[in-house]
Amino acid sequence: MSKIFISGNHAFAEAALRAGCQCYFGYPITPQNELGEYMADHMRKLDRVFIQSESETAAINMVIGSAATGARVMTSSSSPGVSLKQEGISFLAGFELPAVIVNVMRGGPGLGNIAPSQGDYFQATRGGGHGDYRTPVFAPASVQEIADLTYHAFDVADRYRTPVMMLSDGMMGQMKEPVVFPEPIGKLPDKEWALKGRGDGPSRYICSLILDVVEMERHNWKLVRKYDEIEKNEILYEEYMLDDAEIVVIAYGTTARIAKGAIKRVRKDGVRAGMLRPITLWPFPKKALADLCARIRQFVVFEMSTGQMLEDVQIALAGRADIVFHGRPGGVVPMPVEFARIIYREYQKMTKPQI
Amino acid sequence: MKLKNAWPKYYKKGVVTHYCPGCGHGIVHRIVAEVLEELDLGKRAIGVNPAGCAVLAYLYFDFDVIESAHGRGTAIATGIKRSRPDLFVFTYQGDGDLSAIGTAETIHSANRGENICVIFINNAVYGMTGGQLAPTTLIDMKTTTTPLGRDPKYDGYPLHITDVVAQFPGVVYAERVAVDGPAGIRKTKKAITNAFKTQVEGLGYSIIEVLSPCPTNWKLSPVDSFKWVTEVMMKEFPTGVLTDKRPGKE
Ligand code: SF4
Repeated sequence: MSKIFISGNHAFAEAALRAGCQCYFGYPITPQNELGEYMADHMRKLDRVFIQSESETAAINMVIGSAATGARVMTSSSSPGVSLKQEGISFLAGFELPAVIVNVMRGGPGLGNIAPSQGDYFQATRGGGHGDYRTPVFAPASVQEIADLTYHAFDVADRYRTPVMMLSDGMMGQMKEPVVFPEPIGKLPDKEWALKGRGDGPSRYICSLILDVVEMERHNWKLVRKYDEIEKNEILYEEYMLDDAEIVVIAYGTTARIAKGAIKRVRKDGVRAGMLRPITLWPFPKKALADLCARIRQFVVFEMSTGQMLEDVQIALAGRADIVFHGRPGGVVPMPVEFARIIYREYQKMTKPQI
Repeated sequence: MKLKNAWPKYYKKGVVTHYCPGCGHGIVHRIVAEVLEELDLGKRAIGVNPAGCAVLAYLYFDFDVIESAHGRGTAIATGIKRSRPDLFVFTYQGDGDLSAIGTAETIHSANRGENICVIFINNAVYGMTGGQLAPTTLIDMKTTTTPLGRDPKYDGYPLHITDVVAQFPGVVYAERVAVDGPAGIRKTKKAITNAFKTQVEGLGYSIIEVLSPCPTNWKLSPVDSFKWVTEVMMKEFPTGVLTDKRPGKE
């Protein structure tokens, strides 16, 4: 398979095409416009559907309609637009419909700016919309991973009948890297639950309204059982230089790339640093982190936010190790040397006797 | 002896609807089911039901139905129809759903000329939430949020959204009807038939606005409600064909 030099935004789109995405609905917003443009270029040539909707809200509801017929479907946006989609994501969860939603995050709150940020971690991993639900969230840290995880996200969405979020940022979306794409999917999964018209069978409906509270509670617990399965089977993370590590960085996406540079740097100075990089943000690799506590006393959390994933790290470590947090919110992309300095400082504190 | 009004094939048997006595929804539901049967569309039909009094329509219709978030019906219908153009797709929406919270979806699905049908129930009030001001509430009409009557200087004017979208090139058939009596009901059935055929022939968007009684929130008896549709509502919202761009009809 040959390598293609491609941007992150285009890679999301190309991977979706190869995963058999039949419909794309979206609304322009920077910094992810290239994704929709790529879809506009390719979908109709392939006899698939591309619609530029009148709003993010309309786009996610078109996704709902399309998903209800059993089609593989995607929408994409950036932070403010993803806020608008939250109503629809809640309905997708309640309806148990599969779909892939890409968020190429930018600085916020409000309009914020169009620079890379990781400020939507809470929104992505805590449900985001109203009601008791979860959304699997994948956080790629390279364009290759954008391709692989987007392809994988369609399978996860179908397997569990759930919306899946690809959480990226403006930097990942804009940068170009060589990528080997997965082969185009052969046969799409059968979806006996999809609405196809009743034909000669009984009529069916898809609804989220459950007025009977006992029934609604049952539905909520049913969803939880599904989320438990996802937690059991779908957690992904990368271990980087952990074997001899004494200080461990936790970072995802763009921040993890920068942290790798920082770790390489401090290793030259004899600092035994490593990293655990969550690839799924929900489900979060809690157990992997907890296991590290047995031998690691010091963790460093880097985020391009004021500290959101930090809370998951705190939950996972449950007070059994020290955590230092360093965040750069608002669209600032930190430098490896900045992270290196922090790792170095913390390592010195750990290893040098205190006076 | 043959029953003149057999139970419609695509209407569930043995279910009692939750609609109030004298409500127009039951009449329009029945018409929809009858037309689907007459045009042989029920097997490949998907209805999109709204948030509002008709939210439970899927319990009564005996064809495939998906529920919609408030106002988003035509976006969902767009997604269905674009994914499966062979299916017959219609939305069933109230005035708050279609012409307040869902205005953008209504306008743009119409402007794209989506090949879908829209059944728009206009009863000038929010039914399910207990009788608040709707975009279609008449001037001086009392609602729970216009206790002194709708003051156009304060609350705005009744919105004629069907007239608006009828202007769009992509809207092939638009008609306003009223289920205010046997003649109105017959006309409603004719209009819905025209709309459904428009989609079957692949011509584009159609919308049928149905003036429909809500005795509960109008605080009128069922009989007076029907009269009120004819005598009061139809003055603000005159019935008739608003556009018919089907070939040979212009
Ligand atoms: S509140 Fe009005 S619209 Fe709703 S069911 Fe009762 S009569 Fe019908």
